[in-house]
Amino acid sequence: MHEWALAESIIVTIMKEYEKEKLSKVFKVTVKIGELQSIELDIFNFALENMIELYKPPVDLNNICLEIDRCILKCKVCDNHWNYRDTPKKLEEDEKEAIHFIPEVAHTYMRCTQCGSPDFEILQGRGVWIDSIEGEK
Amino acid sequence: MDPRLNIINKRLENIKRVIAVSGGKGGIGKSQTAAALAQYLSMQNYRVGLLDLDFCGPSSHLILGIDDVFPEEDMGILPPLVGGIHFMSITFFSGGQPAPLRGGEISNAIIEILAITRWGPLDFLIIDMPPGTGDPTLDVIRLMERVEFLLVTTPSRVAQEVMKKELSVLRELHIPVIGVLENMKIKNNSPTEEVLAGLQVPFLGSIDFDEDLEDALGNTDKLLATGFVKQLGQILAHSQMIS
Repeated sequence: MHEWALAESIIVTIMKEYEKEKLSKVFKVTVKIGELQSIELDIFNFALENMIELYKPPVDLNNICLEIDRCILKCKVCDNHWNYRDTPKKLEEDEKEAIHFIPEVAHTYMRCTQCGSPDFEILQGRGVWIDSIEGEK
Repeated sequence: MDPRLNIINKRLENIKRVIAVSGGKGGIGKSQTAAALAQYLSMQNYRVGLLDLDFCGPSSHLILGIDDVFPEEDMGILPPLVGGIHFMSITFFSGGQPAPLRGGEISNAIIEILAITRWGPLDFLIIDMPPGTGDPTLDVIRLMERVEFLLVTTPSRVAQEVMKKELSVLRELHIPVIGVLENMKIKNNSPTEEVLAGLQVPFLGSIDFDEDLEDALGNTDKLLATGFVKQLGQILAHSQMIS
C-alpha cells in the first residue's frame, strides 16, 4: 500500500519538527490530501494509526486533521484553468493507479480541456502535504 | 511542508553505495553504462538496484529487456527483481508513453519515487541520470546524502566540454567523483585522459566504439557477450571503485 509510505513520511516529519522547534506539546496537525493522487482515506488513516503505534510521536490520530485539497490545473499554452474532476475524458483504472503513484504522470494521460496540450501546471491538489503543525514550546 | 523529504534517506539507509552515472551530454552511453554496471555488479554477487531517473527518455528497461513486470505494493512500492537487479523506472507508470514534464515536475516526481520506493538492503544502487546538470542532477545531490558520481564521456570535444562543466559543478559542491569513463573510442589516443590530467580526477579507462552493441539491446545474455560489457568489466576489475 503506497499510502503507508506517505503516512510514514507524515509521522517522521511531525517528530522532526517537534524536536527542531523544541515543542512540548502538539495540538493539531493539518494535512492536505491532493485530489489528483486519489489517496484512499480509510487506508491512509489506518496507516497513520499504525505508524503512530510504531514511532510513538507526540500526537495521536485525533489531532491529525486531513483536508481534501481540490486539484486545479492550469494550461501553460492557453491559460485555461480546470478541475481534475471536470476532465471530460474519463481515465482508465490503470491510468488513475499510475497517477496515484506518481501524480506527474498526469501529463501522460491528461490533456488541457480547452486546447488539448499536455503542457499544464498542477496549481494545487497534487499530493500529500503538511499545511501546519500547531503546538506550544 | 513537504513530508516526503524527511523519509528519503531512511529509504536509502540500507544501501551501501549510491552511484549516479552521469556525464552531461546526451547520447554518450550513460544508460548503457549504468545498465552494464548494474549487470556486472550483479554477476559479482553484489545486491544491486538500478534506478532510471531519465523521466523524459527512460531507456534502461529497453537495454535490459525488462517487460511485463510491475512493482509490488507493500508499505510503499517494491522494485521488481529482474535478472538479479532490483529495477525502478517511471516507465512502470507512464506505460511506455511520453511524460512531457517541466523542471519542477521532474523534481516532484523524483521526490515521490525516492520517498515511496523501498529498496531493501543493497550493496549498490546505480542511477541512470538524464543529460544535463539541471534539476535531476541537483535533486540527486540535494536529496541523496551519500551519492557518488561516475561520469561518462566520449572522445568528442563537444562531449568533453560538457563533461568538464558537470565536473566543475560536482567539485564545487564537494560531491565525490569516482572517475571518468571514456566511451565510443575510435582512434588510438585518449583525449579524456589528457583533459583529466590536470584536474585530479581518476581516468577509469576507455571503451571502444562497439558496432555490435545495438543488436544486443534487450537481451541480457547478448549484452554480456558484447565488447562493451567485456571492456567495462576489465576496467572495473582493475579499478578501485568496487571495494
